[in-house]
Amino acid sequence: MVENNRWGNLFAHLVLILGVAIVVFPVYVAVIASTHPSGTFLRGVMPLLPGPNALENYRTVIFEGRSRAGTPPIGGMLWNSFVMAMAITIGKLSISILSAFAIVYFRFPFRIFFFWVIFLTLMLPVEVRIVPTFEVVANLGMLNSFAGLSIPLIASATATFLFRQFFMTVPEELMEAARVDGAGPMKFFKDILLPLSITNIAALFVIMFIYGWNQYLWPLLITTEQEYYTIVMGIQRMVTGGDSEPLWHLVMATVTLAALPPILVILFMQRLFVKGLTETEK
Amino acid sequence: MASIHLDNLHKVYAGGVQAVTGVSLDIKDGEMIVLVGPSGCGKSTLLRMVAGLETITSGTLKIGDRVVNNLEPAERDIAMVFQNYALYPHMTVFNNLAYGLKNRKFPSNEITRRVTEAAKMLEIDAFLDRKPRQLSGGQRQRVAMGRALVREPAAFLFDEPLSNLDAKLRVQMRVEIKQLQRRLGTTSLYVTHDQLEALTLADRLVVLNGGVIEQVGTPMEVYNKPASLFVAGFIGSPAMNMIPVEYLQAQGATLPEILPDETDLVGIRPDELSLNPPSDASLSVKGTLMLLEPAGAESHLYIHLEGSDQPIVMRVSGVPQMQEGQAIQMYTSVAALHPFNKASGRRTG
Repeated sequence: MVENNRWGNLFAHLVLILGVAIVVFPVYVAVIASTHPSGTFLRGVMPLLPGPNALENYRTVIFEGRSRAGTPPIGGMLWNSFVMAMAITIGKLSISILSAFAIVYFRFPFRIFFFWVIFLTLMLPVEVRIVPTFEVVANLGMLNSFAGLSIPLIASATATFLFRQFFMTVPEELMEAARVDGAGPMKFFKDILLPLSITNIAALFVIMFIYGWNQYLWPLLITTEQEYYTIVMGIQRMVTGGDSEPLWHLVMATVTLAALPPILVILFMQRLFVKGLTETEK
Repeated sequence: MASIHLDNLHKVYAGGVQAVTGVSLDIKDGEMIVLVGPSGCGKSTLLRMVAGLETITSGTLKIGDRVVNNLEPAERDIAMVFQNYALYPHMTVFNNLAYGLKNRKFPSNEITRRVTEAAKMLEIDAFLDRKPRQLSGGQRQRVAMGRALVREPAAFLFDEPLSNLDAKLRVQMRVEIKQLQRRLGTTSLYVTHDQLEALTLADRLVVLNGGVIEQVGTPMEVYNKPASLFVAGFIGSPAMNMIPVEYLQAQGATLPEILPDETDLVGIRPDELSLNPPSDASLSVKGTLMLLEPAGAESHLYIHLEGSDQPIVMRVSGVPQMQEGQAIQMYTSVAALHPFNKASGRRTG
């Protein structure tokens, strides 16, 4: 055991506090900046104390936007991001859990081959296959649509792999007991495997939602109409899109709002996640 | 309730491994059959073939009058108790018991009636809304049996159901299983590697070795007249002593003439050896006491025979006043000898 040393403790805490500060400070600056009027930033100094304009700034970005500065109201963009992230998350989860189920519980020809093919796609992230994917999506007429935003991102080797690993730890006798109890494969999946996977689903839901929410390059490529803009690409348009100086107070308000949903998802899912972890089955 | 007929069953795994070879067995209605053998002898495979969890490579399996070779487990009207219980961890005890009935579309009042009845019988009615993880090993075992019971199947299949319990609980559950089976009169097939469990539970015992039946019989038939060297060594603890006939003759022992000619090994159970000559015709052997092992009410004496590398074991009651290293003269009744032929491994008379 490490001995309790006064100076050692102090040093350790110093390092930890420094680490936290490095992470928290930019977030703090963004939140503070979003509460100031536009004039504050012209002086070239970032304020460190809250300003008086919080309500007005948030009202502006959500409902009005500043079209001249390339900023449509972000209410719609938040909704678009949410729809896209949910579609990707739910799509990924349902497809990967079913493919893992097939791979673990069914004996079909080339089973292992298919597993490795799925696994290999891990090496091809969106950015690598973006040009051919764009070509396909464009030819299918899915540009500027939610389908185009989400479907190409749905297949997930990671989730399939994780579910496969989990299913392999489920005792085989459980499946046999279900067979003796008269449950067919899909009934076994629905009644037994799915409830047992809840923790894994919750964990992957968080990861996948954030992955979907943070998509930047793909929405930027395939959306040209404002009504399909997502929030993450919206921030970029706000900074570079307009012909005037970026309106930093509005950009920061947007950034703050964009960070909110992933945080909410984590907070909400964490309860389920921790509950699942502490009640885990032996 | 039904009889089960196994006719020349074979199981060959994809890799060419012969797990079960030509097993034929008629199980009478209401009978408790125990399959016993060392691990890897094919007893579990055989049980799983009856359950429908393993395919049958060749042969015919009938439950009642139906050939069930190609039926799903659920269609065979059997219920199975697994070694690790295989309870559904996320369901309450009630739902664990009810799941099979729900899948068979039983009306809910009938489900409730059967589950409560079985729970009462197994004394788990206080735990019906608990989850399996909140139960002790013995209680889980009861739930696993309850799940089989509620189905009121034609046959129960037990796959080493007691091997995860501690010794005391094992004895208690063994008694309960036997009482339950007697009361319900359901045909049962029970797999175990524990010969004591096998002897106490079985109406008839099936000793398996290497996928082949060595002997079928009541526990006392198997114990008193083991049909092969394997059975003689496997059933009974401590195991039966095997002494070559040549050795006995070299020691000047006079072997009874009733032993068949091809006998070259004689088996003597440890409790058939005694320190005093019996009243009837007897055989005596000399040796040296190597080790005295007290086991409570009885003691095991490990005795070294001059010129033989296999020690023999003798069971006496109490703890005798003896020194390790002292010479011993043992006697056994001639009627208690089990004659075997070493080459064929079979009993000769």
